[in-house]
Amino acid sequence: MEKRKKRNAGFIAGCVITGIMLTLTVIGFFYTPYDPEAMSAADKLAGISPRHIMGCDNFGRDIFSRVLKGAQTTLIVAGGTVLIGTVFGVLIGAFTGYFGGLLDEGLMRVMDALFAFPSLLLALVFVSLFGSGTYQVILALGIAFIPSFSRIVRSEYLRCRNLDYVKSARLAGASHLRIMFVHILPNIYTVLLSSIMIGFNNAVLAEAGLTYLSIGVQPPDASLGEMLSNAQTYLFSAPWYALGPGITMVLLILGFSLMAEGMKR
Amino acid sequence: MKKTIFLSVLLTLTIALSACSGDKADDSSKLDESSITIGIPQDIEDSLDPHKAVAAGTEEILFNIFEGLVKPDSDGNLVPAVASDYKIEDEGKTYTFYLREGIKFHDGTPVTVEDIKYSIERCADTSGEGTLLVSAFSNIESVEIVDEKTVSIHLNNADTDFLSELTSAVIPAWNEDPAGNPIGTGPYRYVSRVVQDSMQLQKFEEYWGTPANITNVTLKVIADSDMIVTNLKSGAIDMFCRISTDQANELAGTDFDVYEGTMNLVQAMYLNNAFEPFSDVRVRQALCYAVDPQAILDLAFDGKGTIIGSSMFPAFGKYYMPELSGAYAHDVEKAKALLAEAGYADGFSFAITVPSNYQQHVDTAQVIVEQLKEINVDASINLVEWETWVNDAYVGRQFEATVVGVDASTLSARALLERFNSDNSKNFINFNSAAYDEAYGAALVSTDDAEQTGYYKTCEQILSDEAANVYIQDMASLVALNNRYGGYVFYPMYVQDFAKLYLK
Repeated sequence: MEKRKKRNAGFIAGCVITGIMLTLTVIGFFYTPYDPEAMSAADKLAGISPRHIMGCDNFGRDIFSRVLKGAQTTLIVAGGTVLIGTVFGVLIGAFTGYFGGLLDEGLMRVMDALFAFPSLLLALVFVSLFGSGTYQVILALGIAFIPSFSRIVRSEYLRCRNLDYVKSARLAGASHLRIMFVHILPNIYTVLLSSIMIGFNNAVLAEAGLTYLSIGVQPPDASLGEMLSNAQTYLFSAPWYALGPGITMVLLILGFSLMAEGMKR
Repeated sequence: MKKTIFLSVLLTLTIALSACSGDKADDSSKLDESSITIGIPQDIEDSLDPHKAVAAGTEEILFNIFEGLVKPDSDGNLVPAVASDYKIEDEGKTYTFYLREGIKFHDGTPVTVEDIKYSIERCADTSGEGTLLVSAFSNIESVEIVDEKTVSIHLNNADTDFLSELTSAVIPAWNEDPAGNPIGTGPYRYVSRVVQDSMQLQKFEEYWGTPANITNVTLKVIADSDMIVTNLKSGAIDMFCRISTDQANELAGTDFDVYEGTMNLVQAMYLNNAFEPFSDVRVRQALCYAVDPQAILDLAFDGKGTIIGSSMFPAFGKYYMPELSGAYAHDVEKAKALLAEAGYADGFSFAITVPSNYQQHVDTAQVIVEQLKEINVDASINLVEWETWVNDAYVGRQFEATVVGVDASTLSARALLERFNSDNSKNFINFNSAAYDEAYGAALVSTDDAEQTGYYKTCEQILSDEAANVYIQDMASLVALNNRYGGYVFYPMYVQDFAKLYLK
């Protein structure tokens, strides 16, 4: 009982952190203290003050406003990536796990090949083919995320397909598709949800990494990765520039990680 | 699962703090006292063949390896190099050069008049089979070998300005692979190159003039401008040219001296004049009124830099027209009115292609995007690799607008103005003006210096009136050099002279 409480505490903390971060992000859609792209020579690299609670960047833009906008971009990219990864991952995992056989062999080898490919390289190929930008990054990362999702889903379907409730559904005359998505899918949601959370974290970091290499989100659009990358030049003269976006990213990831951990139990 | 959290946090910190860790691996090479490692923003990708190199970043390095009959000095004069003396006859129709006594190529073979003839004819394409590599050389009628020490160049039309073109490199006629095995007469000789990583130069012991002070020069590619300060501080590189003011501020109080000069290039938002709506002069003028160069200097350059109004910078004394810098004083209302007149009252959108390795241009583009919002023009930034920029934007002319700096490859106004001739191969903005072609053509054939300067000024005026590009500035050039070294010299051209650097 005591142990369970402890786990719940982590989960609740995760929910609270994520809740706050998401609320701030949503607020960012309607209101930011300053125009996140408005420049001001007077405020160049201004420090932390009541007017600018996270300071200003090298163009005198308010970092807090940019963090709000940047978190949006980052969340959109992460969300889109996970969406692509989950939808295709579930489809591929469900069919291969449920039916097995030649289909399983074939598709999983393709997944293996995709898995063996560094996601960064894949993203670079995409960028050189379709140009750089937010949507290209989502697509590239999404595709790179499919194999991990499909593997997890496949192993769950392998486990479930011979369980009693599946057998009785089959006896009752339910179609394969119905069994796969109406009967089995709801039973693996805990595993799926926690892997979505982890995938989300990885996507946040991957987006930051890509933007850091300036093949992701294009300036002047803000994203947490882009801000961190720019802040690097000013790390010693204006450390607050890296602090705002850095802490935001840590909190985002911490929140989702705690939730994922809590959910697994 | 704890591990995931730990790893996630760690990864974030790695990204945030990566500037703290440096590349300290190079300490051993520092023991060799006469060596220097110089960071460069891009690989020497286009060609090591001095006649075929197009990028300013390549030419500034080849300056140390190759020399022409004459070469520029740091005061902007042309001094004899491969030739020890020259004579201009027939009011500029015949140029006669006397080969320098005992001058040798990097491999030790003596330079002959045949090599000179070969080098000039290669660029002039007198055979008509290849391509014209130096467009001013189309004026060459013939290259005549008078005797073993003398070469005469005969021109079709008199051209008093022709000497400045003869900085074009003299290379050995027998070299079959000038790009793979570059051999010149400069103070440094080419040793090796690792693609995308580095290039090695070594002092040429048999150099005819003042020899270089430092024996080994390593050029290291630092394509990520965010890594420049880190690399300097960690000691991985000793020198980097054209750092930003922010980077210079970062270096305050460290082992680095920051030298300040002018960059001698025309930074502008170059507009593809063939692209709709930039084909309309009113739209181009509207952009000029909307963009405020002073604000760009204040925001991105700490106020340093010289605002210019046409394709000419102050180092070119007599050709430079300072009054043009005020031709389009910041005026949002006027810009809006011009846009409305052109049929774009609601604005339009376009993309600014910027090479991502030049932080100065990326910063400038960001300010421009912000300024253009005032006239409802929605500009976006498209960051590309340097190689992509050269191939697609510059050579392929596939761009809408781009922020870059254009340099002068010779000490002549022609170097900057030639490219805007409507049929010039380097006219990457597709500028097309009959009046310009006429004025430029008149300047070329003029033999009177004052008259010629007048025609060049007409050209500059036309570029300004037609708002060919949104001219911004001649950037301040800040050079970071480790204080163990000295001797950095600024040139009125886009070149780096490594030979004058010395170890203190």
